[in-house]
Amino acid sequence: MLYDVSLEITYDYASSAYSGRHALRLLPATIPGEQRLLSSSIRLSPGPTERRDRKDFFENAVTDVIYRRAHSELTFRLAARIDRTATPEELDISPPLPVLARELANVQSLEPDEPVHFLTASPRLPLDPAFAVYAQEHVNSGSTALSAVETIGKALHEDLEFDADATSVDTPALEAFERRHGVCQDFSHIMIACLRSIGIPAGYVSGFLRTIPPEGQPRLEGADAMHAWVRAWCGIEVGWVEYDPTNALRVGQDHIVVARGRDYGDAAPVKGVLHTAGTQTTGHKVDVIPR
Amino acid sequence: MSLDETAKSGDLEYDLLKSYHPFPGVSDELLDPSGTVRPVWRPFLDHLSSLSAEDIGDRFARGNQYLNDAGVYFRQYGQDGALEREWPLSHIPVIIGESDWQTIAEGLVQRAELLEKVVGDLYGENRLVTNGYLPASLIAESPEWQRPLVGITPRSGHFLHFLAFEIGRGPDGTWWVLSDRAQAPSGAGFALENRVATGRVFNEYFAKANVHRLAGFFRRFRDQVLDLRGEQDSRVSILTPGPLNDTYFEHAYIARYLGFMLLEGEDLTVENGHLMVRTVAGLKPISVLWRRLDSAWTDPVELNEESHIGTPGIVQAVREGNVTMVNALGTGILETRALLAFLPRICEQLLGTRLKLPNVATWWCGEESTRSYVKEHAAAMMFSPALSTALPFTSGQTDFIGKDSDRFHKGILENWIDTEKGGLVAQEAVTLSTTPAYHDGLLVPRPMSLRVFLARTHAGWEVMSGGFARIGKAESASAIAMQAGGSAADVWIVGKRKLAMDTLLHQSESPFFKSQSGALPSRAADNLFWLGRYVERAEGAVRLLRAYHARLLETADPEAPLIARTADYLEDIGVAPETPIPDGLCAMLQSAVNSAGKVRDRFSVDGWLALNDLAQTANGARQVMKDNADVPRAMSLLLRKITGFSGLVHENMYRFTGWRFLSIGRALERANRMADLLSGFTGPDAPEGALELLLEVGDSAMSMSRRYAVSLSHATVLDLLAMDPKNPRSVMHQLTDMKDHISVLPGASENGYLSDLARAVLQVHTSLAVATPETLTPESLGELRDQIAFLSVELSDTYIR
Repeated sequence: MLYDVSLEITYDYASSAYSGRHALRLLPATIPGEQRLLSSSIRLSPGPTERRDRKDFFENAVTDVIYRRAHSELTFRLAARIDRTATPEELDISPPLPVLARELANVQSLEPDEPVHFLTASPRLPLDPAFAVYAQEHVNSGSTALSAVETIGKALHEDLEFDADATSVDTPALEAFERRHGVCQDFSHIMIACLRSIGIPAGYVSGFLRTIPPEGQPRLEGADAMHAWVRAWCGIEVGWVEYDPTNALRVGQDHIVVARGRDYGDAAPVKGVLHTAGTQTTGHKVDVIPR
Repeated sequence: MSLDETAKSGDLEYDLLKSYHPFPGVSDELLDPSGTVRPVWRPFLDHLSSLSAEDIGDRFARGNQYLNDAGVYFRQYGQDGALEREWPLSHIPVIIGESDWQTIAEGLVQRAELLEKVVGDLYGENRLVTNGYLPASLIAESPEWQRPLVGITPRSGHFLHFLAFEIGRGPDGTWWVLSDRAQAPSGAGFALENRVATGRVFNEYFAKANVHRLAGFFRRFRDQVLDLRGEQDSRVSILTPGPLNDTYFEHAYIARYLGFMLLEGEDLTVENGHLMVRTVAGLKPISVLWRRLDSAWTDPVELNEESHIGTPGIVQAVREGNVTMVNALGTGILETRALLAFLPRICEQLLGTRLKLPNVATWWCGEESTRSYVKEHAAAMMFSPALSTALPFTSGQTDFIGKDSDRFHKGILENWIDTEKGGLVAQEAVTLSTTPAYHDGLLVPRPMSLRVFLARTHAGWEVMSGGFARIGKAESASAIAMQAGGSAADVWIVGKRKLAMDTLLHQSESPFFKSQSGALPSRAADNLFWLGRYVERAEGAVRLLRAYHARLLETADPEAPLIARTADYLEDIGVAPETPIPDGLCAMLQSAVNSAGKVRDRFSVDGWLALNDLAQTANGARQVMKDNADVPRAMSLLLRKITGFSGLVHENMYRFTGWRFLSIGRALERANRMADLLSGFTGPDAPEGALELLLEVGDSAMSMSRRYAVSLSHATVLDLLAMDPKNPRSVMHQLTDMKDHISVLPGASENGYLSDLARAVLQVHTSLAVATPETLTPESLGELRDQIAFLSVELSDTYIR
């Protein structure tokens, strides 16, 4: 499926910022067999003092932009064309959880895609026993890894309420979980914490959703802004699968991957430090149009 | 019959050893296993025995006095928040013979080389993991394995430049490594101070005791670090977390000792991939950073995003090969407790030989077979979190010995080990050797561990001949006794022969390094400027409070016009005379202490002590003084202490740019205050006696009688206190001072054009120079005051921001 993605993020500063450094993770990824980035541009206004591109540890594309002159507003604009080909494998050949643990113990590599990076607490995601209790209510030791992922994802979708105003990017997952509401970031963090608590390596994916659903299907939650979902490692045979707990579905053609990491901190679209005295307001617009 | 007769008693030759009874089954530094004093200690013991108890007491006091005068302290976090504590010196040095030391040195050099290879692999090819020498999960789960640094080869070619090892001696007499310190090892500066203090305690003896000197080690390390710069005009700096860090004293001390700039994260910025320091002369390149800040906190964009003490972009500067970190970012991974379990095998793999100096036997509980061994021997093992990077036993919450644990009931500990798995390490619960400490006129054995420092020099790894000994308080030699409340001792490596000439030349322990060409960091300039202002502000307040209370004492009428007006004025400037010593005054002095505390490296120890003494005196008086009648005397005392401080600073401070900022702060505050006072007390509505008050507060009564034969008048007072360039208390004099200082600050004039600040001060100066007493109305004086105050903003814009 071919998509044209456009994204605009704007910042308005109450008093002008005199310097800033931002790491942008906005560019859709090229993943063999899943999606290909055909063309792209990131435009910035005002133009930055410095700009450089690099890959981070998890092989996400990062654009570092640095400002050293005063500016009172800032806009990042992404335009990209993507060919998305991934489809979820429906056949469950993943091992039961005890076998998964043994497979994990045999991993002897620190390559970025290896599950060892995704098994315990990460900087933005401490593991609380509450997550383990919840996860264990829904799976047993006979569950296969993939069925555990789907069961927990569905359960969370049932139990959590989508509420765009309830949380901010800095709300801890545990707090959102206790109140049973949040946005895609909270849904994803909570699911990751639940999976890790029962020994399933799980990570965070940021990306886009198609804006208008295929005919006859409901519009998906989270299409107005950048979206987030979960990837989980289901054994050596199956490898990584992706699941969207906000919409309770396996990730397929409607999702476009931008960045992957352990939690939001690794994949945040805009991360940085700004020197300004006042407050800021942000705007965020996304369009994902199939061609 | 006392039990003592059966115990092995100390060498009876020495009275001092009457109650020196080493613990059974524990090595002792002083006595050999047969109870005889080891030869290496004998000369020292002879010397100590020749001194009377009184003499020893005097000598110890001399050492303490030195530490006190040098301002050596450490910061301890307790229930009452952070407190500066006196340095707990155990005056008896630990004495180690050269050959014993040789063994330690060889073992640690080998270990340093091993650690360099290990960390190079962890951030490089990862063969230790792929070949099964290290479990992948152990590294992946460690918060000290910094992913953004993976794949980056350090510019210098080395990750490690400065290391410390905590070592102890086991029951069989061999040395063991207890912990590797590779992140940002501390203690070398304290070792130096221990040396100076102990050297003073045993001065004549020390001079001829063939003790290896320390200065050469630092000199060679400094040479090496300076060479790491590459470009000669770039700088070496020390990065500190700031004055609230527990070892900040040491950062400032080492910076002063080696002549490096001491910087905090906010002093630095990254431009075009280059690390730069913000100075009053603009951005200057930094090419080597000796960091005393843990890696995670150095860069909020790429590392811990919650850090407010880092420098955004510092990882980029490292990645682009523009700065050498001592040690490289990410080297904290080497401190991981569980690594000790794997290093012996890794050593054989990487170096093809066994560890020369073993480390504490350690078992990582991530493997089934290891767990069953650990369970069997749990009683005698110490348990800790596998990823802990703390020194063993510094945290009672996390480290415990199996048999001491509540969990040590059949089954419970075993279950716990099975649940924790790879999160847990077990270590042999080692006992340490004992060394003499002086207690009530006698020597007693106390457990100890040594911290030994290694630096990479031109000739490879060099071990500092000496170190830092921790002495346990408790009378048991288990390592757990070191937990808290211990003291520190100097370590003497003693040779058989006289020291070589080279070392003798540096007997003073002071290397007299010529400093690098220095530009003043903007933050330091800011703190010095404010230090000058706060101290002067306090002085102004003290003078006015004294004048107020003296008059109140005479008339006992708070409603008298001049007294009431003065009270209002005092209230306006934040020192309302409602209590004898207003809180506001103490707050001003505390602000001065805080500013000075941020520039300890640029500040004489005497000045620092004088300032603290001043703040403490005011605070003490505030708490006890109840009667207003005592205030004039108290203020006079404070005034003497303030002028004492100012004298120390202005007489002794090197005439660098920093001194100019301090002086500008003082002059600005004084000019501002005087203009304000004149504006408030010279108007037509000024109460009677206002002119005398001004003269008194302006410390100019004597000048007045010398200069003017005529009696006091409105015009003469304005002339003397506002316009007279010869009166050091006049506004004019202060403005001239500021103008002179500002004219030589960096960038004051370029191609004949004055900077905004230089122009602004010139304008104020000129407008006062052309004034006459008649034109100096309360309004025009108020305007003058505002113009002076604005210079502070102008100065910040030019040099600080």
